[in-house]
Amino acid sequence: MNDVVNPAAAELPNQEIHQQIRKEYAAGFISEIESDTLPPGLNEDVVRFISAKKGEPEWMTEWRLKAYRAWLEMVEPDWAHLRYEKPDFQALSYYSAPKSMADGPKSLDEVDPKLLETYDKLGIPLHEQLALAGVAVDAVFDSVSVATTFRDKLAEAGVIFMPISEAVHKHPELVKKYLGTVVPQRDNFYAALNSAVFSDGSFVYIPKGTRCPMELSTYFRINEAKTGQFERTLIICDEGAYVSYLEGCTAPMRDENQLHAAVVELIALDDAEIKYSTVQNWYPGDEEGKGGIYNFVTKRAVAHTNAKISWTQVETGSAVTWKYPSCILKGDNAVGEFYSVALTNNYQQADTGTKMIHLGKNTRSTIISKGISAGKSQNAYRGLVRMNPNAEGARNYTQCDSLLIGDQCGAHTFPYIESRHPSAVVEHEATTSTVSDDQLFLCRQRGIDTEKAVSMIVNGFCKEVFKELPMEFAVEAGKLLEISLEGSVG
Amino acid sequence: MISIKNLHAKVEDKPILKGLNLDIKPGEVHAIMGPNGAGKSTLGNVLAGRDGYEVTEGSVVMNGKEMLELEAEERAREGLFLAFQYPVEIPGVSNLEFLKASVDAVREHQGKPALDSVNFLKTAREKIKSVNLDQSFLKRGVNEGFSGGEKKRNELMQMMMLEPQLCILDETDSGLDIDALQVVANGVNAMRDPNRSFIVVTHYQRLLDYIVPDYVHVLADGKIVKSGGKELALELEEKGYGWLENGEA
Ligand SMILES: Nc1ncnc2c1ncn2[C@@H]1O[C@H](COP(=O)(O)OP(=O)(O)OP(=O)(O)O)[C@@H](O)[C@H]1O
Ligand SMILES: [Mg+2]
Repeated sequence: MNDVVNPAAAELPNQEIHQQIRKEYAAGFISEIESDTLPPGLNEDVVRFISAKKGEPEWMTEWRLKAYRAWLEMVEPDWAHLRYEKPDFQALSYYSAPKSMADGPKSLDEVDPKLLETYDKLGIPLHEQLALAGVAVDAVFDSVSVATTFRDKLAEAGVIFMPISEAVHKHPELVKKYLGTVVPQRDNFYAALNSAVFSDGSFVYIPKGTRCPMELSTYFRINEAKTGQFERTLIICDEGAYVSYLEGCTAPMRDENQLHAAVVELIALDDAEIKYSTVQNWYPGDEEGKGGIYNFVTKRAVAHTNAKISWTQVETGSAVTWKYPSCILKGDNAVGEFYSVALTNNYQQADTGTKMIHLGKNTRSTIISKGISAGKSQNAYRGLVRMNPNAEGARNYTQCDSLLIGDQCGAHTFPYIESRHPSAVVEHEATTSTVSDDQLFLCRQRGIDTEKAVSMIVNGFCKEVFKELPMEFAVEAGKLLEISLEGSVG
Repeated sequence: MISIKNLHAKVEDKPILKGLNLDIKPGEVHAIMGPNGAGKSTLGNVLAGRDGYEVTEGSVVMNGKEMLELEAEERAREGLFLAFQYPVEIPGVSNLEFLKASVDAVREHQGKPALDSVNFLKTAREKIKSVNLDQSFLKRGVNEGFSGGEKKRNELMQMMMLEPQLCILDETDSGLDIDALQVVANGVNAMRDPNRSFIVVTHYQRLLDYIVPDYVHVLADGKIVKSGGKELALELEEKGYGWLENGEA
């Protein structure tokens, strides 16, 4: 482990850097939408209630109950480099849906205009004629999917893109076959909880040899107070197929912490490729560290022979993030990639990274992690590279860079390497740098104001990751960093 | 152009500038020499508005405006340029991107239209060539991994792009080889203009053979202790600073 407490801090006058200016969180509004919200508390009846609400078949209800019973025996993990008040699981509500959605998903024309307005305000128009060209969106509001765009167009290509609650009814064979195969119910505390109470999320299936004709995107929004969002995403890319999928998230500003515990499972069969990008902008709490989302997420992919998985994430939000998108490189020649930018400001804490599990021969993985800490935040990279005994000729390259802004934040790296094959090669590089007063003065002396200077420096630092994002989102991500950093320096 | 009156400044509570006076008219080149630690770089930093330097007395008026009331970036946009004694690196931000942001900010402030990318690129290519750096330096991070001399030439290049009113060169000649010295001198001479003034801080009279100053000043213990013409530099080279400090004290 490698702890850094800004080595340059002692040399910096730093008075600029100390000042924290208030910054409004643009997605922080609350939508006045009447909701059906379950009273707080969790027991078997709640699990049955959720299942019944969705009219699930018996096998699904049983699957949830099994997970719930497993969860009861598990304890919350505390190995991460995080400090937070543990959620009280009996004080949370496990189901909340807009009243207008009581009869299940409708066509876009029937969706409550207030809901559409919410997404418009967030810059995610759901009317297809207004939507981003070439991006199909599934919008999840609290516990339910409210709309999925471009379904017909996708159906022509044989692509299935729908809320998972609907897939349970329409494609039970696929759901049964794959659900919980990558992230088993008992995998960890939050995965078990999610398996028991997950409400909605997206389901994607790309048939053999098909290149999905458009970007798929899910937009998660938590609105209701004191609710947890437990979404479940399952993406199956059949042999030789390709899909690029994007996930975005926001939540209103609320004083209390909200819990988001998602599970994402990706399956890339032989020769398939899945590119999964996340731009996460959950409410991070205010500048004193009050409120914000607890983001405890389990994301994992399995890559079969010659398949490729690429995770790209830009994490700017949440009060506490605990997240390790991982790849199980099961088949020979499988490729796993992880590109990450994690930015923390004020009192945010992030413990994020990846696991690359090399099972097949000649499997390859690349990890590029960029951590930016500002304010009093703590940012940790935690990564595991495991070369199993059969992973002949496997290779990993890891690069882990930290950028510190100011002298009150921290960056930490925890790289774990387990190599059980002599021919496997694991390379690890790490750097730590700071945005110094000298750099800022050079910029200002050339007429560039501090805010623009910081954003240029930070964007430069993240370049390698941004170039992995789909175009529109790379621009978005750059802007998001700028907003998230506003006020981090005088 | 710029009038510095009775300037007093402290760094970390230690007085460094102790009543400095200097008047520079448009088109003039003033050389400042003086022993290590005299306050030459401090003067540049104070004029440029760097944080951490506390001005306790005096005024700095440039083109009729009190500079001490402006933020560092505002002074830069008003046309005050400081070529640093030790240019800092900004990894990941390309020289070109940096120059564009800088030129845009300055031009916007001065009410000039923004340069379009084609013109901007063309100008940047010419200027980098004129300081004898390869075109590839435009794509590299600002000063990232540049040699000492390359950094100094990069400072000059930025100065050429911004076309400032007042150029302060803090030991831009230090660490340059003989050819690079010539390049820098030629660059400065090409920029000499009836409406532009220069403060050239140097330890070596050799530079002043190439950039011929109108005045030479000796800065010692936070004040100008002697001023003269070009010949003063030669005299200093011969006698050092001891006779002045003793004489004045
Ligand atoms: N940040 C600082 N903290 C403490 N002292 C400082 C600081 N900056 C400058 N000084 C002091 O102020 C004095 C003047 O420094 P300055 O850099 O202006 O000298 P100079 O004339 O440029 O010298 P040189 O010829 O060596 O470049 C020195 O004694 C220096 O140590
Ligand atoms: Mg100096």
